[in-house]
Amino acid sequence: MSTARPLDGRVDEPLLEVDDLRTYFDTPRGVVKAVDGVSLRVDRGKTLGIVGESGSGKTVLSRSIMNLLPKNNTIREGSVRFEGRELTTMKNKEMRTIWGAELAMILQDPMTSLNPVTKIGEQITESLGIHLGEKGKTARAHAVELLKSVGIPAAERRLGEYPHQLSGGMRQRVTIAIALACGPKLLVADEPTTALDVTVQRQILDLLESQQHQRNMGLIIITHDLGVVAGRADEIAVMYAGRIVERAPTKELFARNRHPYTEGLLRSIPRLHQPSHTRLQAIPGRPPELIDPPAGCRFAPRCNYAQDKCLTETPLLAPHAAGHEAACHFPVGTTAGQEALERNLAAGRTAAGTPLDSTLIATAGAA
Amino acid sequence: MYVLRRLPSLLATLFAVSLLTFLMTSLLPGDPALQILGAENATPEAIAEVRAELGLDDPLPVRYLAWIGDALTGDFGRSYRTSEPVAEAIIDRLPVTAEVGILAIIIALLVAIPVGMLSAYRAGTRTDKIISSTSFGLLAVPNFMVAIFLILIFSVTLGILPATGWVNFTDDPVQNLRSALLPALSLAIAEMAVYTRLLRTDMIATLQQDFVTMARVKGVSNRRILFRHALRPSSFSLMTVAGVQVGAIIGGSVVIETLFALPGVGRLLLDSVVQRDLLMVQGVALVIAVSYVVVNFTVDILYSYLDPRISHGRSAARV
Repeated sequence: MSTARPLDGRVDEPLLEVDDLRTYFDTPRGVVKAVDGVSLRVDRGKTLGIVGESGSGKTVLSRSIMNLLPKNNTIREGSVRFEGRELTTMKNKEMRTIWGAELAMILQDPMTSLNPVTKIGEQITESLGIHLGEKGKTARAHAVELLKSVGIPAAERRLGEYPHQLSGGMRQRVTIAIALACGPKLLVADEPTTALDVTVQRQILDLLESQQHQRNMGLIIITHDLGVVAGRADEIAVMYAGRIVERAPTKELFARNRHPYTEGLLRSIPRLHQPSHTRLQAIPGRPPELIDPPAGCRFAPRCNYAQDKCLTETPLLAPHAAGHEAACHFPVGTTAGQEALERNLAAGRTAAGTPLDSTLIATAGAA
Repeated sequence: MYVLRRLPSLLATLFAVSLLTFLMTSLLPGDPALQILGAENATPEAIAEVRAELGLDDPLPVRYLAWIGDALTGDFGRSYRTSEPVAEAIIDRLPVTAEVGILAIIIALLVAIPVGMLSAYRAGTRTDKIISSTSFGLLAVPNFMVAIFLILIFSVTLGILPATGWVNFTDDPVQNLRSALLPALSLAIAEMAVYTRLLRTDMIATLQQDFVTMARVKGVSNRRILFRHALRPSSFSLMTVAGVQVGAIIGGSVVIETLFALPGVGRLLLDSVVQRDLLMVQGVALVIAVSYVVVNFTVDILYSYLDPRISHGRSAARV
C-alpha cells in the first residue's frame, strides 16, 4: 500500500519520508486508530503544513514521526525515514543522538514546555553540552547568541531568569532557541502559535520562517488554522480522522481545493471583504471516534456532498494536478461533485442523513 | 525578602501556640497541689498554701504573662514533682528524640526517593505493582509491630543490635548509633511507604508534562530527566509531609520510646501528664509546638527554593 510518491517528480533523497505510517493505541475500549496510513515527504529547506481540527490525529502523527510515543500499548507500522535512516525501529538510546541534534520540536504551550524551576540559560546550554560538548563560558556565549538570534532583548540577563519572568511570546522564542541550538535539519512545530496573542503569533511565524531560510532547515508546522500556514508552507496536507484527505502545494490548495473538508476549513476562515455579522460557516458535527471507525469515507456524516458510495467505499488519495491529491469520490469543483451537491440540495439531506441548510450553501456558492 | 515577609505571621502563630498550650494545660482536670502534697498531707490549709506559692490562684492572664515572660528568658519553672528545672529536663531528653527522629526521616527519604522514582518511571509495570503493594503493606503495619519484629530479628536472633537502652553520643558515638538504629528503623518503615506513594504520584504527573517531552527531544538521558528535570517539581507533597513529620517526631513517639526504653521527650510528656506535673507538661508542649511551627516555616522557605515562582509571586508575568 505504498503511496509515497515524489510530489514534484524530483528523485533526490528527501529529508523526511513517511510511508504508510499507522499508529494505533490499545485501550480498554478498543483500538484507537489515531494515525491510519499517512504518507508524507519533506525536503531540505521546505515547509510542510499539516492542518486538521482537534482529534484529527495530527499531534499523534508528530509524536509518532519523532519516535516519542511510549512503547507499551502502542502499535506502530509503516516507516519513517530521516535522511534515509529508519526511525521507527530505532532504540531510544540511538534516538537521543538524533533528538536535539538533527531533529527538533517545539510544542504548543510555551508556559508548560519550559521547566518552571530551571533557569533559561541552563535549559539552553543543556543540549549544547550533550550534543556539541560545549561547557561553561563557551556554552553561555553560544546561548546568548541563540537568544539574540530569536530576537530576545537583553539576552545575557535573560539567561539567569526563570520562564515565569518572561511573557508568552518571549517564552516561545526561548523554546525556538532551544530547538535551534544544535542546528537541526528538521524542526517539527506542533501548534507553535496557538497559545499566543494574535500579534505575537505573526512575529513567531516570521521568526520560524527566517530561521528556516538561514539554516536551510526542513519545517513541519502542525496547526488547526489554515491561516497560519497560508503564506508560509510550500505544501499543505489536510488531515481528517487519522488520514490525509488532501495534499497540494499551498497556492494550488487555496485556488482549487478538491476535498469537501478542505472547502469547509476554508469557509470557516473569516474574510475581510465580507460584510460585518456574516455568519461563519462552521463544519457541522465533530470528528468521528477513532475506535472502530465506520466503513466508507470518515467525513461522510459531516459532508454536504455525501452519496451512498461514500458510506461504503473508502476513497483513496487520487491525483488531480501536479502534486495535488485528494481522497474523495465526488471532489469539489468537478462535475461529479457539483451533481452530488445538487442531488443532496434537492433532497434536503445527504446520503448520510445530515440535513442541508440550502440557504447557507447557496450564499456560500454565490460568494 | 520572602523570609522577612513571612516573619510577622510566624510570630503571630508562635504567640497563639503558646497561649493555647497554656490554656489547655490549665484546663487539665486534677489539682496539682493535691498531687504535690499527696493524699494524706492534703489538709485544706496546706493545699491553699501550695496553691498560693505556685500562683495557681492568680487570674489566668496574670499566670500566662508570668509564665511566658519567664519562658522567654529560658526559665520554664521547676517540676512540681522532682523540683528539677523544666528546661533542663527537656534539654536532656530532646537530643535523644531528635536524633532518632531525624535518623528515621533520613533513612525513609534515602529509600523512598529512588524507589518512588523507579515506581513512577515504570508506572503500570510489575516493578511498580510490587513496590506499590509492598508500601501499602508496610503502611498497614503499626510501628510497634515493626519494632517488635526488628527486635526479634536484630537483637534476639542475630544479636547484633541492642533491644533497649540509650548511650549518649558524647560517651560513645558508635554505641550511640547502634542504640538509635532500631528505634529509627521502626519509625522509618511507615514513613518510607508514605513518601514512596507521594513521590510516585507526583512524579507520574510531572513525567507527563510538556517540559519533560521537551527534555527528551533535546536528547537528554532518562536518568538526567528523572533527577534533574522531574525530581524537583515533583517533591512538593513529599517536602510538606516530611516537614510535618519532622515536627511530629520532635514530639517523640511515646510508643517507640517506651518500647526501646529511650529517655526521650515523648516519655517525659507521658509521665508528666500522668503525674499532673503541670509546668513540665506546659514546657514540653510549648517546645513541641514551637518546633512544629519553626520546621514548617523552614519548609515554606524551602518551597521557594524548589519553585522560584513562589518567591517572585505566582500571579506575576503570565503570558
